[in-house]
Formats: sequence, C-alpha cells, structure tokens
Amino acid sequence: MDIKHVKDYIYWLYYQYLLITCSYVLEPWEQSMFHTITVTVFAMVVYTAYVFVPIHVRLAFEFFSQIFGGQPDSTVSIVN
Amino acid sequence: MANPSAVCNGHLHHHHHQKQNNLLKSGVCKKNGITKGMKKNGVSNGTLYKKTFIEHFEQAPMYVAVLTFVGFGVGTIFGYLRDFMRAWGLEKRNIAEEREQQKDFVPLYQDFENFYTRNLYMRIRDNWNRPICSVPGPQFDLMERVTDDYNWTFRFTGRTIKNVINMGSYNYLGFAETEPNALKTVTKELQKYGTGICSTRQEMGTLDKHVELEKLVAKFLGVDDAMVFGMGFATNSMNIPALVGKGCLILSDELNHTSLVLGARLSGATIRIFKHNNMQSLEKLLRDAIIYGQPRSRRAWRKIIILVEGIYSMEGSIVRLPEIVSLKKKYKAYLYLDEAHSIGAVGATGRGVVEYFGMSPDDVDVLMGTFTKSFGAAGGYIAGKKDLVDFLRTHSHSAVYATSMCPPVAEQIIRAMKCLMGLDGTTQGLQRVRQLGKNTRYFRRRLHEMGFIIYGNDDSPVVPLLLYMPGKIGAFARRMLEKNIGVVVVGFPATPITESRARFCVSAAHTREMLDTVLNALDELGDFLQLKYSRYSKSSHPELYEETRFELED
Repeated sequence: MDIKHVKDYIYWLYYQYLLITCSYVLEPWEQSMFHTITVTVFAMVVYTAYVFVPIHVRLAFEFFSQIFGGQPDSTVSIVN
Repeated sequence: MANPSAVCNGHLHHHHHQKQNNLLKSGVCKKNGITKGMKKNGVSNGTLYKKTFIEHFEQAPMYVAVLTFVGFGVGTIFGYLRDFMRAWGLEKRNIAEEREQQKDFVPLYQDFENFYTRNLYMRIRDNWNRPICSVPGPQFDLMERVTDDYNWTFRFTGRTIKNVINMGSYNYLGFAETEPNALKTVTKELQKYGTGICSTRQEMGTLDKHVELEKLVAKFLGVDDAMVFGMGFATNSMNIPALVGKGCLILSDELNHTSLVLGARLSGATIRIFKHNNMQSLEKLLRDAIIYGQPRSRRAWRKIIILVEGIYSMEGSIVRLPEIVSLKKKYKAYLYLDEAHSIGAVGATGRGVVEYFGMSPDDVDVLMGTFTKSFGAAGGYIAGKKDLVDFLRTHSHSAVYATSMCPPVAEQIIRAMKCLMGLDGTTQGLQRVRQLGKNTRYFRRRLHEMGFIIYGNDDSPVVPLLLYMPGKIGAFARRMLEKNIGVVVVGFPATPITESRARFCVSAAHTREMLDTVLNALDELGDFLQLKYSRYSKSSHPELYEETRFELED
C-alpha cells in the first residue's frame, strides 16, 4: 500500500514536470529528446555545484575573514 | 452579506462611486431631460450604483507567469525544429504550403499566426470542434473521435458518448430543449410556413411573424421599435457601417467582440480604443476628441459613438453602464450596447444590463442583442427609437441583402420571450431567471472557495477559470471529458498569450446535482493539475458552512 502511494506521488511529480514545461503536448520521440537534454543539463549543473561550490565558499570565507580579522594574525607572526 | 473577496485584488470598486457622484451632479444641472433620470434613480445622495459592483481580476503569482513563458518557449523551440524537418524533407508535410513555382514569391505561411497554428494549436486540436449529436441542453451527446497521426486527421469510431454535462453552451435560460409540449407552437408554425424564406426583408421576406416578433421585442425591452435579423454576427457587422461613416469617431472597448470590430472597420470611421471597462480612459478619449476634433482639419467630429458590450464573454465582466451613460450625456456622444450575452441572463426579469443597473432604456441610443444565447434560437435585433429603426430598415446592408429569419426560429423566440414576460400565463420565465441567478452565485462562490482564479463580475453567468500554462489547456479539457463533462478551453489568440482559460457557461437548466458533480470534478482536477493559484481562498472546509450560508443568501 505504501509503495503504491509513493509510486503515485512520483508519477504525479513527473506529470507536473510535463505540464509545466509543456512537454505534455509533444510527441513521444520529442519528449524523449527533451527529457535527455533536460536531464543532461541538470546533471551538469549538479556536478558543477558539487565540484566547485565548496572550494569557492571556502576561498570567499578566507577572503572576508582576512579583511575583518586579518590584523591579529599578522601581529602574532611578527612577535613570533 | 458583504463579500470579503471585494478586497482581493486591491481594486475596491466602491471608490468609483464617490468620484462619479460629482460628475453626475454637475452633469445633471446643465441639461434638461435628465431630471427624468434623476427621479427614476430615486436615491437622494445620487450614487450611480444601487448595488455593489464587485469584479475580480486577480493576478497570478509571479512563478506562474515565468513557467507559462517557459512552456511557450519549449513549444516554440520544438516548433522551429519541426519546421526545419519539414523544410528539409525529413518529415511529411500535412499542412497547406505554397506550390513549387511560388517558392520565390512573398511567403504566405511564415508569419507567427501560421507558425502557432501548425506547431502549437495542432498538438491539442482535439479539444475543439468536437461534433455533438443532440440538443445542447444541460446534457448532451458527443461523437467519439480518435486520431492516429497526432491530430492532423480524425476519424469517428461510431460510438457516441452519452449524457455529457454541458458547461460550454450559451444556454443561459435553458430554452434549448426538445420537449414536445414546449415546442408545440414551433411545430405548428413549421408546418404552416415551412423552413425557407427565399427572399430578403426588402423584397418578399417580411412575414407577419417578423412583425409580431419585432413588436414583442420592442415591448420586452421597453423601447419604441425593434428590427430583427437572421444572424447575430451580421447584425453587428452590417449595421454599424449604416450608422457611422467617414468623419465619425468610434470609441470601442479593448475587448470587444470580433463582430463589433469588423463592423467598425467596415464603416470607415476613425476607431480609438479605451482600456477595458476603464472610465478614466474613456473620458480622456472623449475630451481629446472634443478638444482636438478630426486629425488634420481640426473640425468637429460628425458623430461620436461608444461601442460596449453588456457582458464580455471572455472575461465575464459587466459593463459600467451608469458611468458610461453619465459620460455620454456630458460629452454628447451616442451609445451602442451589444447585449449578446446579457439579454435574458442578467436583470431581475431578464431584460439585460439596463434593468440590472435600474436604468431606463431611453438612456442607450442603440440596443443590440442576439437570440442565440438566452433564447435558444438564432438571429439578432436592434432596438431603439422609431426613427433609428426606420432608418435601418432602408439603409442597413443586412436588411436589404440578407435573407430574413426563418419562421420556426422566429416562433421559438416569440414563445421564449412570452414565457419570460409571463404572457403565457405561467411564472416559468421568472423562475428560470431566478434559477440562473442562484446557479451563478452558487457556482462562483464555490469556485472562489476552492481557490481557483476566476475573472469577472459576481453576477455574470460566464465564468472564466484561469489555466495559464499551455500544457494544462489540453490536459484539463481531456480529463474533464473523461469525467463526462464538456468544457470549452480558450487560448491564444482569443485571449492574451499568458492568460489561457477554461470558460464555463452556467445555465438555468443545470440542477444542483449537476453543478455539484462538476464542482467535485473541478476540485479533484484542480488538485491534480495544481490549478488553485488564488491567494485569497476563503475556507478549506466549505461543506461545513454551506447549509447556513445558503439560508442567509436566499
């Protein structure tokens, strides 16, 4: 029963996607083409986010912390 | 009961009352003959509107507009792809195209309209032009048809889908019926006169039936005289050229029907458009017309005529007649009111918007209407002062050249009108009008509660439900047909490109059960297709309150 619920929900989500992007009106081969392109673009976006976003966030954090809290760091090193 | 939804879209229409008060008061004192109007209004503080005028035109959330454009973008891209494939021979061509020898000429089929028809309309074409095979009453039968090649061609399977609930026919008072008792007089006239007239009005086509009908229409509307024509569209498009010509000015509403637009263009007069139902826009145009006159010669316009409709069929909005009449009296313009959808459908006794606002029919110069919608027949009429109608009898193209109305149809209108006026001895006519009013208010209230975006006035039986996204147009219509409900969906070019809608026409012949079936189906489908965009839905459990609400409303 639960599986059916989940399956229905997934089908409903898929149907919403079809309606929103107007691929509901396309013929089957056009739909396959559209799905391939969409999934490819989406996969590329996810991959790029996974690879690059943490690095950029870390660099940005270091940059801003250098501006605001940079002075104590340098004095410590001079004393040393 | 005060309708809290009046606050919905921030357009508190009550504001207009205060503004127009001053207008009416100043206009009244200067001219004579208006005192009669003042007395008829009878309200001492001079408000133009006797009851609250509530219209809704809620805007959808921003993401809906964005997704609509995304949908159209995808459709357009695939449209270009298919056109490319057709041009390079990778796909069979099913549509009209130029001959080989004409390929170097100016292209015929490259404009946006043809592109749209080929690539977007064709894909969901099975939702329109569905042939029916019974009378279009509250329920009707459809012929089942299937397509093997994605809507380029159809074939009939031979089966009929029976008892589909009809939410699309303009059958407002339920006079489209086949009961033998009701059609007794029509059958008699059919046997007496036959079906054809074989002549135009001016030659030998004026029957005693036409004279009887015209007298009855004049009496029904409360005017001097009326003239009937065989076709409603032709009434507008052929009579406006007879009334105005070059050197005249036509001020026409943005959303006027094609027949009015065609008549205006055929007349050769200058046409200026004012924003839909917007009195400030109309007043500005009137002032500019009177101050600046004709474009180059600066002479006064020979005639200024305002073209409006009683109920606009795509929006469900009702014209602001009191304000327009006060404007027309102030600036000395003429008013042409097209009551195609409102005659029989609004007003306490079904006499149209003039009665709905409690005004006198003398205020409107040309009253036009059709018999197609509320009377279950075909044809149109123009009514007004005797001079006007006599002029049209000789000068209108439709009167001189078009075949006149056939007698059984005229008899159907006569019997429907007599029923409405109570001349047949029963109160059936009045009951129908009241039933239509009840059905309209119930239907609109429930739809608002469910959370759909509905356009239009609370009293208009035309209910447009907004769908917005192009993918949902086809899905909605097909699923409703699977549930045995026939609806009309409309998209571009009849509506703006982002505002596609489903248009329901409530009828007096719909029973409460039928409306409940439709409403439950809409509820389910609204959740499934995510159509409930409104941000102002009243309650999530309307059925708990329904009984008590009902007592209060009646």
